Amino acid sequence: MYFFKLIVRNALRHRLRTGLTALGIVVAILAFGVLRTVVDAWYAGAAAASATRLVTRNAISLVFPLPLTYMGRIRQIDGVKSVSHANWFGGVYITEKNFFPQFAVQAQSYFALYPEFAVDPGQMREFLRDRKGAIVGRKLATTYGFKPGDQVSLRGTIFPGNWEFVVRGIYDGAEARTDTSQFFFHWDYLNETMIKLAPRRANTVGVYVVGLTSADRAAAVTAAIDATFRNSLAETLTETEQAFQLGFVSMTEAIVVAIKIVSFLVIFIIMAVMANTMAMTARERTAEYATLKALGFGPLPLAAMILGESLAIAGAGGLIGIVLTFPVAERFGAEMGSLFPVFNVGRETVAMQVAAALLVGAVAACLPALRAARIRIVDGLRHVG
Amino acid sequence: MNKTAQPVVEIANLVKSYRRGEQIVPVLTGITFDIAAGDFVALMGPSGSGKSTLLNMIAGIDKPDSGSLRVAGTDITALSEAGLADWRSHHVGFIFQFYNLMPVLTAFENIELPLLLTGLSARERGEHVAAALSMMGLTDRSDHYPSELSGGQQQRVAIARAIITDPTILVADEPTGDLDRVSAAEILNLIERLNRELGKTVVMVTHDPQAAAKAHTVRHLEKGELSAG
Repeated sequence: MYFFKLIVRNALRHRLRTGLTALGIVVAILAFGVLRTVVDAWYAGAAAASATRLVTRNAISLVFPLPLTYMGRIRQIDGVKSVSHANWFGGVYITEKNFFPQFAVQAQSYFALYPEFAVDPGQMREFLRDRKGAIVGRKLATTYGFKPGDQVSLRGTIFPGNWEFVVRGIYDGAEARTDTSQFFFHWDYLNETMIKLAPRRANTVGVYVVGLTSADRAAAVTAAIDATFRNSLAETLTETEQAFQLGFVSMTEAIVVAIKIVSFLVIFIIMAVMANTMAMTARERTAEYATLKALGFGPLPLAAMILGESLAIAGAGGLIGIVLTFPVAERFGAEMGSLFPVFNVGRETVAMQVAAALLVGAVAACLPALRAARIRIVDGLRHVG
Repeated sequence: MNKTAQPVVEIANLVKSYRRGEQIVPVLTGITFDIAAGDFVALMGPSGSGKSTLLNMIAGIDKPDSGSLRVAGTDITALSEAGLADWRSHHVGFIFQFYNLMPVLTAFENIELPLLLTGLSARERGEHVAAALSMMGLTDRSDHYPSELSGGQQQRVAIARAIITDPTILVADEPTGDLDRVSAAEILNLIERLNRELGKTVVMVTHDPQAAAKAHTVRHLEKGELSAG
């Protein structure tokens, strides 16, 4: 208790210095938390992927479609429970900056494969009844004010023309990491229109989503699907949903690596600042440490006092930084819109923030604590702070 | 003071030198003398004569190059750093020129500091500190921080801290060097009282002849050698 009191009073001795150092830690831990959340958001798609889902695409490139006829053949493969398909639509809502993912899907089978998209049964019935119906995610609906019954017009880029939709339902995420910024509509609507406008592009799909009977069948089913279509006009490349999502992340890997480096640099910089503060503090108190040693205190209590003070400052700054991370990340995520469909501060991020704050405190105290522990009493008593 | 009392400090052929770059500067060159239990010794001499170095060695905060130094029956030259720290906490009370109080602790807490190394409970520590404060006439200053006390009051707090563990010897390095004449006289009287009434052995370094006059024994150091008794 006595030493705790001494640590707290020492920490508050130079209030401005301690305050500014703690403020620096607040900013650093906050920045670290937000940057780590950005990294997590980057991997959110892969993290939310199911182990019992595979994605089959054209082996040449995702740009090239697959024939609709593959669906039946995939369904027959041993280990396959269900199959659905989706086409990336890539439409523009009013202006190009209003980006959000839109997919033309085989509605019933698709939503059956994605139980994490929770839709009110009544709204789902309405959606299935309406050829031009659409189901939108909660985040997307909130961003653009979509509600059931609203007409939404998308200007096609990959599929030309103006496409009219009616919002029939809003889906929520069953989990916090579920992406609720997507827009789904009937593939039939897309296909019927394509039959009229560009018949050669009709009856094709972007990807097949394959539901497995069991996750441990993934490798065998993957191999079986690709073997089925080997030497065909459209060979397939099948991979787990997670690998498929990571494929997108790898395209922007350099950015993710840069963000990770910056996040650790921020911590490194504040560590240097904190170390300087603690070194200055300890140097000023050299005579006091020498006095304590003269009175009979060993090196350990002195080192513990410095470590305790450093941890107290870093801990206080870190705690405030962590608390602030949540509202700042929420605001940041909202500002980013559909760029980061899932932007939640994860437990791992908070744990890393706690570890970073404690590490900063501990590392900053190391050298001053060592010096104080080793100080010769006669030299220390001569020291003028 | 009983001059025939057993020596509490026994010094024989004490040698100490410092290294200044390549040069070795001798500070003490074979000092030999004893200090009897209950004595009040003043060490005098010009700057650089080695009196503070001698005091530091008696107090166990510096080590000689050679020679023998027994304090309270212990050969302190043979003790390890940890052993010396433990020994100091039991046997030595320090009074510094600039008081060396912890600025973030109150008078009460400063005096309590050495008691943390004992096994006393908080209540027992409190009783000891209250008695010391009363003895120093500082009961009403108990909750004051050093910055709220005069120089004389700070030195009285430092003296209370020095005696709180009932040490064998009190070492005082220029205890009045930072005080006005009135406060200096008060502090000297207090140290003299501790010696006379409590029988504390006092070893004091001073430049001040008036301070030295309070001592029973005055030792002069000149260029690292004891010059007169």
